[in-house]
Amino acid sequence: MDASDQSQLTLAGLVGVSGFVGATLRYHVSVAIPGLGGTLVVNTLGSFLLGSFLYVAMYSERFGPTTRAMISTGLLGSFTTYSTFAVGTATTTPFLAVGNVAATYGLGIAGVLVGRRLAGVVRKRTSSDGVSAW
Amino acid sequence: MTLPPAYLVGLGGALGAVLRFGVGRVMDPVAFPGGTLTVNVLGSFGLGLLTFSGAGTDTIYLLGTGVCGAFTTFSTFSFETVRLVEDGRRRDGVLYAGGTLLSALSAIWLAWFLVAR
Repeated sequence: MDASDQSQLTLAGLVGVSGFVGATLRYHVSVAIPGLGGTLVVNTLGSFLLGSFLYVAMYSERFGPTTRAMISTGLLGSFTTYSTFAVGTATTTPFLAVGNVAATYGLGIAGVLVGRRLAGVVRKRTSSDGVSAW
Repeated sequence: MTLPPAYLVGLGGALGAVLRFGVGRVMDPVAFPGGTLTVNVLGSFGLGLLTFSGAGTDTIYLLGTGVCGAFTTFSTFSFETVRLVEDGRRRDGVLYAGGTLLSALSAIWLAWFLVAR
């Protein structure tokens, strides 16, 4: 095992730890809001947070690969879920299924776009102050 | 003696996230987000099997909500969809979003066909 295998293993472990946290948080939301609604909330919120984080990361080159993997692959990757959304869609009434797909896709994509806008505003503000916050 | 649901989901979620990370390492360098498509379809199939086979509550928490829930991801999926459209690949974005849904629903139907029929 060379040094790069070692660091991949460390990264996998950190993704596991942050994945534990993300899945646990998702469980708590599902208890507070059972059914399709809870899944819609985690997927919308998670998409917004991931959009904000990754666009800030892209604009600023501020976060290293370890932070990126922990936040995006581990925490938010686990917090959001496609399987629960898809099985929920497949096992509900046709009317709710169509509504669930439209709402989940619409709000998920809107969440990423709002996150992108937010990251853009933060970037503009910090650069117009003449202070390089990133 | 059994763990509280939050821990079962968390433990399963840790495993699901590590497995998804592994798939990403193998499939990352392709132009189309094939890694995310793969985990989302496989994980939907797995959750379908568990749901239709009438697995017990603890099994559902650990393997369903935990492993399959965390192995699949919606946030990365929606981010990648936006990135494809941003890159001027509108058609790929629509194909990716629609293809993931159709494949996942087909996988769930297959799971139902295999288990509950």
